[in-house]
Amino acid sequence: MRGMRSWVCGLATAIVLAGGAAAQETADKAKIEIDGSTTVGPIAKAFAQEYMATHPGVNVTVGESGSGNGAKSLINGTCAIATMSRFMKDAEFKAAVEKGVFPVAHPVALDGLAIVVHPSNPITGITIDQVRDIYTGKLTNWKELGGPDAKIVKISRDTNSGTYESFDHFVMQGQKIAADAEYVGSNGAIKQRVQSTPAAIGFIGLGFVGRGVKALPVNGVQPTNATVQSGLYPIARPLYFFTNGYPAMGTHLHQLCTLYLTPKGQEIIESIGFVPVTHYPPAGGDADRAEDAEPAPAKPAAPPAPPAVDKPKG
Amino acid sequence: MSSRPTTLARDGARRLAPPRRLLLSDRTRRVQRLVGALGHGVLLVITSSSALAVLFIFYFIARDAVPFFQLRGFAEFFAGSAWYPAANPPQFGAYPIFIGSLLVTLGAAALAVPLGVAAAVCLSDILPFGVRQYVKPVIEVLAAIPSVAYGFFALVVLAPLLQSGHGRTLLAAAWWCVAGPGAALLVVLLSDLAAERPVRVLAMLGTVLGGLMVLTLLGTWLASVGTLLVILAWVAGLPLTGWATARVGAHVGGPSVPERRRGLVRLAGLVLLGGTAAAIVWGVGSRLGGLPIDTGTNALNVALILGLMALPTVISVSEDALQAVGRELREGAYALGATRSEMLIGVVIPAAGSGICAAVILGLMRAVGETMVVWMASGNAPQVPQPWYNLLAPVRTLTATIAGEMGEADHVTGSARYHVLFAMALVLLTISFACNFLSEWIVRAAAHRRRGR
Repeated sequence: MRGMRSWVCGLATAIVLAGGAAAQETADKAKIEIDGSTTVGPIAKAFAQEYMATHPGVNVTVGESGSGNGAKSLINGTCAIATMSRFMKDAEFKAAVEKGVFPVAHPVALDGLAIVVHPSNPITGITIDQVRDIYTGKLTNWKELGGPDAKIVKISRDTNSGTYESFDHFVMQGQKIAADAEYVGSNGAIKQRVQSTPAAIGFIGLGFVGRGVKALPVNGVQPTNATVQSGLYPIARPLYFFTNGYPAMGTHLHQLCTLYLTPKGQEIIESIGFVPVTHYPPAGGDADRAEDAEPAPAKPAAPPAPPAVDKPKG
Repeated sequence: MSSRPTTLARDGARRLAPPRRLLLSDRTRRVQRLVGALGHGVLLVITSSSALAVLFIFYFIARDAVPFFQLRGFAEFFAGSAWYPAANPPQFGAYPIFIGSLLVTLGAAALAVPLGVAAAVCLSDILPFGVRQYVKPVIEVLAAIPSVAYGFFALVVLAPLLQSGHGRTLLAAAWWCVAGPGAALLVVLLSDLAAERPVRVLAMLGTVLGGLMVLTLLGTWLASVGTLLVILAWVAGLPLTGWATARVGAHVGGPSVPERRRGLVRLAGLVLLGGTAAAIVWGVGSRLGGLPIDTGTNALNVALILGLMALPTVISVSEDALQAVGRELREGAYALGATRSEMLIGVVIPAAGSGICAAVILGLMRAVGETMVVWMASGNAPQVPQPWYNLLAPVRTLTATIAGEMGEADHVTGSARYHVLFAMALVLLTISFACNFLSEWIVRAAAHRRRGR
């Protein structure tokens, strides 16, 4: 037993030493730290993976501690890229400039906030006003919206998240969420709560909509890539990478921050359920996400998009 | 065989040698004394630094908490009921959050105290020694499970279970399991007592009912002032009622029933009390079975899990206290003709009372300070439940608020929003210090009293 333990200890020490040595080796080449929003996290992670695969020797670490923490880290100089699901606030900008940091925004992708309910909920659509009334506590029963007689269980993200701020901005518009709304700590937790609670309503990033929850059309517009990109879907927001100044051309940081402009970057963004900001690429390999979907209501203002893309995610 | 004499001789030589080697030169002695002093010094520094760390924590938390009170005053924080730290302008009414913490802790206590003390008694005096050797470590494993695992269980398993129809069934079943046997035991005990002195039983029942009535009236009156007062009144009032009942039982005599009528009185008591108890148990059970549970992430869910988490502490420490009572008291009780239950209830548990109190306080402090489970499964709604004992409403606690709000609330971005969390931390720290001192004091006072007698 003791022999085994010391053997394990030795192995662990060796690994730590080797890891340390490796980190030191790559530190000479490049080490990029990313921190911030849990919503932008998947994009940052996928970008980091792609970039490290094509540029061996570059080490990219991705933290997900919330938009506010991302800004904090950028201001304090502990990360090179702050991922944020909202724009920087006045106070953050002020603090940054005071510390000699000049935040530059790179809008890497678009994200729609989907209003989700349990799949068994018969409601087929909702308006922003109704969502607001639900969250302020004016509407308390699904009966009032033409649904079953059940008390609405309101689920919100914690006030600490960019998702909450977007919701607050687009939907609540200055009104306060009722005190009996529940708060959870992540998109995944909202999804978990909604898919296990028949009377629940919640809001999550479009990239997190999947089986188990039903995304409602808002003001008659189904949340899809096309409606978000065209600006038709009312609850949509850009997602940002923030850097200190524009990165010097040709550096690893520059290439990482502009990855979203390349076809490969757009492919990555699409594959994890977000919407690219630039030219919409013809859809490929989208079939797995197009299951059990109804066609979105055709809108004259919508840009011509390939039919496979015009479908909402299941 | 042949080597024996030599060994002996060598031993003899060894025994003779040491006194000469023990004589140290002055220099060696000085060095040794110096090294000794140095060692003492190092140990003193280490010990006092861990004590100082506590003071430093207090200081740094207080330093960041004071600006909040300077900015916003006390009234809003302690009495305001609107918690909107992110709004513009922000509101920092932490009153519902205090209530949430209190409610969750009381719920955990309601589960952990009876269960934990019963388990400790069972472990120390009822189970055979061999079984106890296996059961105690298993219970202590409960304390080793990381709280995030409990939280995950609460969120993914318990919450959906509670909010489905099974939740109601589960509640009703739990009520029947606990209240059924409990009521039966009580009825049998009381009717036995009534067979001898019916007036005493009537007086005791009257005291209980009167106490409950006073508490209800007081509660409805206080409800207009504040929920916190209602809860405190009940928390203080229930033990008081129990104490008053015990005093009444000890002092009210009344005429004793003649031997030949005792059977009749016992039967009457069984029928009357049993009928009442059955009606109450059945009424509450069917009420519980029909309750609508809107959401599974609520105070009840968290109270259950926190109760479970407090159990190992309560069991372990109370069991130690019960063991410390010693064999003599138990044997003395047996020698006076006590049965095992009389020995336990009349001698061992009162003697271990202070230790059990300390165990309960320690266990509850674990519940008050727990963060992860609460953040994941309490619903985090900053509201005062209506009515106050409604454990089925989602609530928000101090710890979860600190954990949840910390990210955005930096000194870079907002001042009051950052400092309010420290104000909460200060309140938590004060509560836990007070509890710690209280448990220390209880144990010490009991030890003092025992020595005094």
